[in-house]
Amino acid sequence: MKTGSSDRPVRLKVDHLGKVFGEGEQAVCALQVVNLEIRQSEFVMIVGPSGCGKTTLINIIGGLEQQTSGDVLLDGHMISGAGADRGMVFQGYSLFPWLTVLKNVEFGLKMKGIPAQHRERTARKYIRLVGLEGFENALPKQLSGGMKQRVAIARTLANEPEILLMDEPFGALDAQTRVVMQELLADIRRKTDTTILFITHDIDEAVLLGDRVYVMSRRPGSVREVLEVNLPGERSHNSLVLPEFLEIKKKIMDMLWRESNDAAMGR
Amino acid sequence: MNDTALRQDAAPAAARGKKKKTGKNIQYRLLSLICFVLIIGLWCVASYGHLVQEVFLPSPTAVLSKLFSMAADGTLWAHCSASIARVMIGWIWSVIVALPMGMLMANSKRFCAFIQPIIEFARYLPVVALVPLTLLYLGIEESQKYTIIFLGTFFQLVLMVADTVSNVDINMINAAKTLGANRFQVYKEVIFPAALPGLIDDFRLTIGWAWTYLVVAEMVAASSGLGFMILRSQRYLATDTIFAGLIMIGLIGLVTDWIFRIISRIVAPWQERLSDSR
Ligand SMILES: Nc1ncnc2c1ncn2[C@@H]1O[C@H](COP(=O)(O)OP(=O)(O)OP(=O)(O)O)[C@@H](O)[C@H]1O
Ligand SMILES: [Mg+2]
Repeated sequence: MKTGSSDRPVRLKVDHLGKVFGEGEQAVCALQVVNLEIRQSEFVMIVGPSGCGKTTLINIIGGLEQQTSGDVLLDGHMISGAGADRGMVFQGYSLFPWLTVLKNVEFGLKMKGIPAQHRERTARKYIRLVGLEGFENALPKQLSGGMKQRVAIARTLANEPEILLMDEPFGALDAQTRVVMQELLADIRRKTDTTILFITHDIDEAVLLGDRVYVMSRRPGSVREVLEVNLPGERSHNSLVLPEFLEIKKKIMDMLWRESNDAAMGR
Repeated sequence: MNDTALRQDAAPAAARGKKKKTGKNIQYRLLSLICFVLIIGLWCVASYGHLVQEVFLPSPTAVLSKLFSMAADGTLWAHCSASIARVMIGWIWSVIVALPMGMLMANSKRFCAFIQPIIEFARYLPVVALVPLTLLYLGIEESQKYTIIFLGTFFQLVLMVADTVSNVDINMINAAKTLGANRFQVYKEVIFPAALPGLIDDFRLTIGWAWTYLVVAEMVAASSGLGFMILRSQRYLATDTIFAGLIMIGLIGLVTDWIFRIISRIVAPWQERLSDSR
């Protein structure tokens, strides 16, 4: 895996990114010199203590927030504002409650001006991919949390973005639904070859899904360590007990523990 | 995968909800009816029991026969239609101007800074205090009545629209942006539909106030309308006509409210209402 991915082209490059909220006395430095790189078809995870600037980072990459310093490059071009080339999935689903599942998934295609017939065909394909056939005409209020997040994923994928940005997408789901969704995402990735940047609180999730894990320091956030995840065999829930898995998990846990401990000691 | 499991928990829940709701609905309707019956009962006791003099409180039968005779000779409809037309025209103007202004206020800090102070100022001017000026500028023309209703509703409505629009979930707007929507599309495809149920509520409230200001306008200088009818009756101590007028205004108000609720259900059936889970 490692040898395979390192010769693929870099899609997303975050270069010396910094972000300060507010001015003067109230200024909060959220990000301090963040560097990262994502290659074609890579699944990159970010973990870090709460409040370290993960959401800020992904929002800047998504173009929803403006950085104070540094650059974000997608395929070598500087990004400006939000765009369909960077698809986002949020923790809170953010579906349009007045649209049916089908119309929600068609939304991005409609914005692009793709004709109705064509976009319906594409939308149905992605609804099938996330396992929601039969719910095309349901309204979001009729769906469970897990189903809503499936719609949100289908809606973003239907747009065929260059990169998928996910900010704790399964954070609001119960443990069982979360496992189902993790498998779904791994499955989608095998089928679509998507490049993914994924933020999580859950270390198991990070190691299970990621090709690479960025561990962030506490605020002001910066990259503390980058870990390659090399697990033997096909990833599944059996991987959770592999010695290789546990070794990486322990490394990350130690780092995060040290971060929070330093914070508690006021260092 | 777990398709069948998904489907199973969605369908019966909806059916269960429906059955329970109709039963409760009947109960609520009954309660509303009982309240009306109670008030009419008290009225009957007070007037037929001669607890209150006829000049102060006409009997229900006197008011009803007045309503029927006025309906028969056409005066009731003439007054009602004059009032309804004034309310509608004044209020529609107010909506036409307030809607784009409020939406702009919610989305442009500059425009908001420019317009908000003057609107806040004007909002506190009592409409009654503006009547002399409108009479001076516009005379006793119909346009004077429209102006009073406009002035009474517009400033409130602009602020209500701005508030409703700025309360649209920012995450939904962000989602639309990352799906490739441009500024105009965000307005048209997200902000407007998301704000629509709230806007309809704002419209419903302001049309109620429009009736208040209508009566103000008609009591000053008019020769038709329910407000005029009520004021003139006072001169002749025709309390039965006053009551007839009040009942008509109340009924028109009820019908208006009901129409708005239906519109709201038609244009925003997707909305999760508190009353759905009650
Ligand atoms: N709009 C804002 N104005 C001022 N400060 C902000 C703003 N948004 C975020 N911050 C601050 O920036 C820091 C990073 O916030 P952010 O939401 O990116 O953290 P996070 O890593 O996503 O946290 P969590 O893991 O809890 O989601 C926090 O200290 C927060 O208080
Ligand atoms: Mg966050």
